[in-house]
Amino acid sequence: MKKSSSELVVIGGGPAGMGAALEASQLGAKVLMLERDADLGGILQQCIHTGFGLHLFGEELTGGEYAQRFIDRVRDGKIEVLTDTMVTEIAPGRVQAVNSSGVQDIKAGAIILAMGCRERTRGAINIPGPRPAGIYTAGAAQRLINIQGLLPGRRAVILGSGDIGLIMARRLTLEGAKVEAVAELMPWSNGLARNIAQCLDDFSIPLLLSTTVVQVHGHRRLEGVTLAQVDEDLQPMPGSERYMPCDLLLLSVGLIPENELSGQLGLEMDPRTGGPVVDQFLHTSVDGVFACGNVLHVHDLVDFVTMESRRAAAGAVQWLSHRQPQSSVPVRAGANIAYIVPQRLTPGDGAVTLLFRVQQPMTKAKFTVSAGGHCLLHKTVPRALPAEMVELRLPATKMPTTGEILIDCGGEQR
Amino acid sequence: MPWVIVVALFVPQKEMVTMYDVIIIGAGVVGCAAAHSLSRYNLNVAVLEKGADVATGTSRANSGIVHAGYDPRPGTLMAELNVQGNAMYPDLCRKLDIPFRQLGSLVVATAGKEEQLKKLLARGRANGVTGLSIIGRDAVLDCEPKINTQVEAALYAPSAGIVSPWELTLALAETAAVNGVEFRFNTKVTGILTHEDSVQGVETQHGKLWTRVVINAAGVYADILTQLAGAERYDILPRKGEYLLLDKDLDGYVQHVVFPVPTALGKGTLVLPTVEGNILAGPTAVDVEEREDVATTEAGLAQVKEGAARLFPDLPWNKVITSFAGLRAVPADGDFVLRSSARVRGWIDAGGIQSPGLTAAPAIGEKLTQLVAGQLDMPPKAHLLPRPEVLRIREMSLADREKWIAENPSYGQIVCRCEGVSQGEIVDAIQRPIPATTLDGIKQRTRAGGGRCQGGFCQPRMLTIMARELGISPMEITKFGPGSELVTDYLSKGGGR
Repeated sequence: MKKSSSELVVIGGGPAGMGAALEASQLGAKVLMLERDADLGGILQQCIHTGFGLHLFGEELTGGEYAQRFIDRVRDGKIEVLTDTMVTEIAPGRVQAVNSSGVQDIKAGAIILAMGCRERTRGAINIPGPRPAGIYTAGAAQRLINIQGLLPGRRAVILGSGDIGLIMARRLTLEGAKVEAVAELMPWSNGLARNIAQCLDDFSIPLLLSTTVVQVHGHRRLEGVTLAQVDEDLQPMPGSERYMPCDLLLLSVGLIPENELSGQLGLEMDPRTGGPVVDQFLHTSVDGVFACGNVLHVHDLVDFVTMESRRAAAGAVQWLSHRQPQSSVPVRAGANIAYIVPQRLTPGDGAVTLLFRVQQPMTKAKFTVSAGGHCLLHKTVPRALPAEMVELRLPATKMPTTGEILIDCGGEQR
Repeated sequence: MPWVIVVALFVPQKEMVTMYDVIIIGAGVVGCAAAHSLSRYNLNVAVLEKGADVATGTSRANSGIVHAGYDPRPGTLMAELNVQGNAMYPDLCRKLDIPFRQLGSLVVATAGKEEQLKKLLARGRANGVTGLSIIGRDAVLDCEPKINTQVEAALYAPSAGIVSPWELTLALAETAAVNGVEFRFNTKVTGILTHEDSVQGVETQHGKLWTRVVINAAGVYADILTQLAGAERYDILPRKGEYLLLDKDLDGYVQHVVFPVPTALGKGTLVLPTVEGNILAGPTAVDVEEREDVATTEAGLAQVKEGAARLFPDLPWNKVITSFAGLRAVPADGDFVLRSSARVRGWIDAGGIQSPGLTAAPAIGEKLTQLVAGQLDMPPKAHLLPRPEVLRIREMSLADREKWIAENPSYGQIVCRCEGVSQGEIVDAIQRPIPATTLDGIKQRTRAGGGRCQGGFCQPRMLTIMARELGISPMEITKFGPGSELVTDYLSKGGGR
């Protein structure tokens, strides 16, 4: 067993991990980054479409280009990187990982969790039917096509209008496959508006709202699916079934933060986000453990992941130098708010970034941040969608030191 | 039937005509238990399997329970072989190097149903099951804390256990294979060749194979083959059971095999841990027409949840990672069919092996060997080889891990992150005595792709490893045999329509 120690261990070499590692290194910390894949960049490497970096760089980059900007800097800097290295055990201050040179036992001053997320599967949503070949999560299909040069099928139905599903509808079409439809359980899409326009509308691919797959057919290879419309309670409506032949079903039915290691650490978790509970420094409930990126909550844009990762790095570096105890003011999701990160605030001297999502689409959405009945901050936007994160900045001067903070969303339901 | 002989004369000269002593039809747990048992003797044995791997039918999708034996009616083959089989498990699993957890079972009764427990207890004792007792409410809650608090009493059977039916079947097959049994996959028996009321051979889609004895262990198809052979008829009624599998992070939530009080329809929906640490709930029991119908249904899965919730009201259904269905080969007459045909010499039936078939399988293997011994002279072998060791890197001590990684660095390259399976273990699975040739085969052997992400991360990577190791194109790689190809094309160079 190889023993080593590092001031800060970052787990994950995707955008969150690289952003955190670079920022922490710049702030003077000695950083070790662990990545289980052979290359850095995470899922960005299979995202050959553009749309990354608009907020951060003011440019429209591909996923690979976005990642490369960070990879180049990581490789030039003082950050120690171990790829093809999988963390198997973790405890506060200690990380154990395995790679082709053996088991690594690492003493860590602080830890930043940046493991990203995984896709929900057929099993998790329980689509009835046999178990033929030809059913993939959208991300797995994306890897097959974009990294391995393999087409997983010729005639596709996509369930779920999350961004990966939309991107894959276009990608399959460009590679000569026929995409019959994108079915979405909800009465609205979970994808970004620009993706619906550019990936479906531009290719005349129908988006079937309030529709789901109720049955798959085919014993060996997928032969078709039965689609049905759902009612207000999301239950399939008898009589609305229709058969659609296809040899490929892609599932884009949600992402789940990859929190296996968080479980080992015993972190307090937020059932709404599926990630750990953190304060504005991205500090979890366990001292010296921080989290950022999709392991914390599933983001809409990678730019926001990078920004969040920098805050986590700053939080961790600050904690390394003076370990102040955490106290907390809870941040609670009020009317029409799906979740908020951070879930609690530790009084400090900086402004606080609040990230959250609405539960239902709204127009003239008015966000109110209040404490003890007093409005601290409000903001009105023309529209708010569950697919898009909302960001509010709470100035340090307005931060309460006791009680709780409540965020509500009013407006007109769409 | 002289045509049989005519066909034999036309076998091309360059092809060696093998005469088998025993052909076993079906590489399920019964066929493989028979193969394992027969491999101790100097016999030329082949197992023919229509699927691409062992255990692709009933043996693949069942509860994985090693029953104590209080359930079958006394005096039946089921009762006898259940108790015998149960007693063989601890030693057999040790020899085969597979996990067996004898965690005991509970049949739990709510108010008013305690009488039924007494009936089961009496039946168990009549069957020769030892260690049975009825325990009260407090004792049940004590040993199964998350159980429905309305429980009044339970029948506790300490000899019940759990096993991975798939792993057991594979281990039996591999041990048989290293001791000389030949396995032919993707080989469907389409006809039985007989001459003067004696078995001569079988017809497959790849040609004819000659043998002295046939053991029919064809699962839900066994009755059809028996009819083709002209042996004494019996009927099999395929019955579907649906299951839900829950995440491993619930390990410990359920600590025994927990049954409700049985009804006329069967043992009911039960809840149990698996040897891998998941929780399994199911099965339903629905008679089906089609012998390939392993489709899950919305109604069936709802029924599983409802039944399981009666035992464990707070089971977290958001932790379901997959669902599946299996078929049971229910014998119309209610008991296992294990006999040498009086009508067709050399034809041995092993049919209608439904629950407790998995438990009974090792004993069924022995019984079938005795039936073969009634027809063939079979001297025992002087030396038997053990099953080659399976490396399970993630279960090793750190020192052992280090040792193996130093020897072969690919044991340190994790491909399946949910289950922690290394590339080295995947390559091993492809090089075993019964090699993995399909994606499901790799998943069953290594657990790669069987975890909470269900292969979302590792499946594309596995295609690359399999194509390289099997020396085939990615388009030839299947999920579970011909017709289940995973990808259709290379991307065209120009792209676009």
